Amino acid sequence: MRQRPVQDVSALPTYGYGSVSPIWWGTLGFVALEAMGFALAGGAYLYLRQVNPDWPIAVPPPSHWPGTVMLIVLLASLWPNALADRAARDENLPRVQLWLVVMSVLGIIAVGIRAWEFMHINVRWDTNAYGSIVWFVLGLHATHLITDLGDTLVLAALMFTRHAKGKRFSDVSDNAFYWYFVVASWVPLYALIYGVPRL
Amino acid sequence: MSTQAAAQEDVRDTHLDDAELHARLTRTWRTGTSLIERLSSVDHKVVGRRYILTAFFFLCLGGLSAVAMRLQLARPEAKLLGPDLYNQLFTMHGTTMMFLFAVPVMEAFAVYFVPLMVGTRNIAFPRLNAFSYWIFLFGGLFLWVSFLLKVGPDVGWFAYVPLSGPEFSPGKRADVWAQMITFTEISALAVAIEIIVTVFKQRAPGMTLDRIPLFVWAMLVTSFLIIFAMPAVMVASTMLILDRLVGTHFFNPAEGGDSLLWQHLFWFFGHPEVYIIFIPATGMVSAIIAAFARRPVFGYLPLVLSLIAVGFLSFGLWVHHMFVTGLPQLGSAFFTASSMLIAVPNGLQIFCWVATLWDSRPVFKTPLLFVIGFFFIFIIGGMSGVMVASVPIDTQVHDTYFVVAHFHYVLIGGAVFPLLGAVYFWFPKITGRMLSERLGKWNFSLAFVGFNVAFFPMHILGLQGMPRRVYTYLPEMGWGSLNLLSSAGALVLFTSFVLLLVNVILSARRGPTAGENPWDAGTLEWATTSPPLPYNFSRIPFVTHREPLWDNRDSLPVITGLSVDTRETVSGTLTEAFPEIRENSPEPSIWPLLAAIAVAGTFLGSIFTPWAVVWGSIPVAITLTCWFWPKGTPEDEK
Repeated sequence: MRQRPVQDVSALPTYGYGSVSPIWWGTLGFVALEAMGFALAGGAYLYLRQVNPDWPIAVPPPSHWPGTVMLIVLLASLWPNALADRAARDENLPRVQLWLVVMSVLGIIAVGIRAWEFMHINVRWDTNAYGSIVWFVLGLHATHLITDLGDTLVLAALMFTRHAKGKRFSDVSDNAFYWYFVVASWVPLYALIYGVPRL
Repeated sequence: MSTQAAAQEDVRDTHLDDAELHARLTRTWRTGTSLIERLSSVDHKVVGRRYILTAFFFLCLGGLSAVAMRLQLARPEAKLLGPDLYNQLFTMHGTTMMFLFAVPVMEAFAVYFVPLMVGTRNIAFPRLNAFSYWIFLFGGLFLWVSFLLKVGPDVGWFAYVPLSGPEFSPGKRADVWAQMITFTEISALAVAIEIIVTVFKQRAPGMTLDRIPLFVWAMLVTSFLIIFAMPAVMVASTMLILDRLVGTHFFNPAEGGDSLLWQHLFWFFGHPEVYIIFIPATGMVSAIIAAFARRPVFGYLPLVLSLIAVGFLSFGLWVHHMFVTGLPQLGSAFFTASSMLIAVPNGLQIFCWVATLWDSRPVFKTPLLFVIGFFFIFIIGGMSGVMVASVPIDTQVHDTYFVVAHFHYVLIGGAVFPLLGAVYFWFPKITGRMLSERLGKWNFSLAFVGFNVAFFPMHILGLQGMPRRVYTYLPEMGWGSLNLLSSAGALVLFTSFVLLLVNVILSARRGPTAGENPWDAGTLEWATTSPPLPYNFSRIPFVTHREPLWDNRDSLPVITGLSVDTRETVSGTLTEAFPEIRENSPEPSIWPLLAAIAVAGTFLGSIFTPWAVVWGSIPVAITLTCWFWPKGTPEDEK
C-alpha cells in the first residue's frame, strides 16, 4: 500500500528513564507477579496458622533480632539506592560506580544476615508445617535478595567497562527500582514471620 | 569512531526509496540461515511460528491419548488399556491439553500477531521470548519423554494431595508433573510480561486505548490474569515437590499441614486458567466477526469492559471446584453467586457479537463457520456451567461425566472452535497461502458433529452416575451404548483434525496465494506482506481509526525518522501512544537457548537432589550474565 508520511520521530532520544523505558515496565510486571507470589505464600502461612490450634507448632517463636537487623539494614539501604538512581538519571558515572559498589556491599551484608536469620528461627523445614512455611517464606525472600545482588554485581562490574554509557544508566535506574520492591516486600514478611507467632 | 562519523552512518528511513529501504531493513532484521543463527533468532514471527507448531504437536499427543481412552471405554470391561496406563493417560491428556496446548497456543498467536496488530517491529523483550519458547519446549518434552520411560504422572491434571504426596505416590511420577508446571509457568509468565509491555509501550503512534484491536485487548487482559494466577500454581507445585523431596509438611495433616491448602492454591490458579484460555478465544471471535460481517464489531466499549470484568470476576470463583469438601455454607453461597455473576459479562459479549452479525451481510467462510459453532457449543457449556455453579447440583454430579461434558463444551466450544477459526483466518498471513475452503467446510462439519456426538452423551452418562477417571465399567451399569456412541463421535472429531492437518500440508505448498489482505480485513496485520517481512512494516504506521485499513483505503499514514541500520522501533506513552523514544530492539543471541538449557538441567536435576538447585545456579548465572552483557553492537551502544 502507498505510504503517506505524517510524523517525523528522528529527533526522539534512544532511551529514557522510569515509565518511559520499556524495561521499567517489564520490571514492574515481574514485581507484580513476585508480589503475588509473596502474597500467596503469606496467605498459605495464615491459612496454616488458622487450621492449627497452636502457632508456632511445638517450638518457641523465632528470635526476632536477625530479622530486625535485616529490616534496619534494608531500610537504611534505601538512601544509597536512591542516590544510585539519581546518579544514573544524572548520568554521573563516578557516582554511579560509587553507589553501585555500596549497594553491592549492602547486598552481600543482607545475604549474610539472611543466613544468620535461618540459624535463629528455632525450627527446621522438616520439623512440622510451621517450620516448612517459615522456611518457604524466608527462602522466597532470600531468592530475591540473591538475584538482586547478582544483578547489582554484574551491573557494577559493567559500569567500570567501556560499555558504561547511554542506556546502561537507564538499566542502573531500573535495578534501583527493583531493590525498592525487595525492601518493601520485607516489611510485611517481617511482621508475618516475627510478629504473628507472638500474637 | 568519532561522533560525526557515527552520525553519517546512521541512515534514517525518511528519504530512502522502497528498494533501498527494503534492502537495508532486511539486512538489519533478518534471521540468518545457519543453524546457530536459526537457534539465535529473536524474531517474534519465527518464535511465534515455533510456538504454534509445538503447541499443535502437543495437541496431537493429547488428542491421541484421548482417542486411546475412548477406545478403552467404548464397551464395558474392555482390555485394551490397564488401570495403570489409563491413569497415566488421563493425567497426560489433561496436563498436555491445559499446560502444553491451550495456554501456549493462545500465547503463541499473541506472540505472532500482537506486534503486527499494534504496528511494531518486534515483541518487547524478544530474547526473553526466545528463552520462554525453549523452556516451554523442554518442559513439554520432559513430560512426554518421562511418559515414554514409564514415569508419566498418574495423579490427575490437578494432582490432588495426599494422592500426589510422598506417602501415596512414591517414585518420580508426581515430581515430573510438579516440575513440568515450573517449566510451563515460567514460559507463560515471561510471554505475559512481553505482551503487556508490547501493548502498553510499543503501539503505533495514534493507537489510543480505544483504537486497540479487540484481540489485543483480550491478550492484554489474559496476560494480567496469567501474572496474578500462575504464581499460585508455582507456589503449590514448589510446596508439593518440597514435601516429596526434602520432607516438608505443607500438605501433611499429621504435622500440622493441610491437604485443602493444595486445593485452594491450585484452584486459585485453576479457575482463572479457564479464562486464560477463553478470553484470547473471544478476541479471535471479535477479529473474525469484524472481518466477515464486513463492519466494525458492535459495542466495542462494552466488549472491552466485559473482558476486564471477566478478568476480575474469574478470581472470585475458585471455591466452586471445592463445593464437596465441606466448606462453610456462607462461603459456598458467595462462590455460587459469583459463579453465576460471571455469566453476565460473558453473555453481554455474545449479544454484542450477535448484534454485529444481525446488522450485516455476513460472508460464510470457514472462519465464520467455526465462530457460529462456537456460539452453539459454548452456550450449552455456559448453561451447564450455571447448573454446576449451584451447590446441590454440583454435589450430585461432582466427579461424574456430567462435569467432563461441561468443561469440554466450555473449553473445546469456547476455545478450540475459535482457535480453529483463527487458524483458517490467519493461516494466509503466516504462510502467504490460503487454506482450502472445501476441506475447511468438511473440517468444520466433522468437528461440529463429532464433538457433539462425543460429548453430549456424557451429560447423560454423568446423570446416570458414571464417575470420571474409571478405566472400565461393568455391563450391568447400562452405560455401554452411550459410551459407544461417544467413542464413535470422538473418532469423527479426530478425523476432523486429520483433515485440518491434510489441509495445512497441502495448502502450505499448493494453496492459492493470499496477497496482503485476502479477507479485506481492517486491522494492521493485514497492512504488510503475507508472510510478513522480517521487519514487519517498512515504515511504522500512524493509526487514525479502530480499523485502520478501512479508514485508509488508498494510502497508509506512516511515521518517518527511524534508523534503518539498527533495530529501531517506536516506544510511546501508555494511553495516547504518543511517541517518546526510538527504542532499539535486541539483536539475535544464542544465550537465551543456552540459559534455557542451564535452567532445564537445573530443574531436571532437582527431581533427584536438592543440591542440583545450588550447582545449577552457577551455569544459570553465567548464561544469564552473558545474555545481558553488551556485545558492542550498535543496538547495545545507543
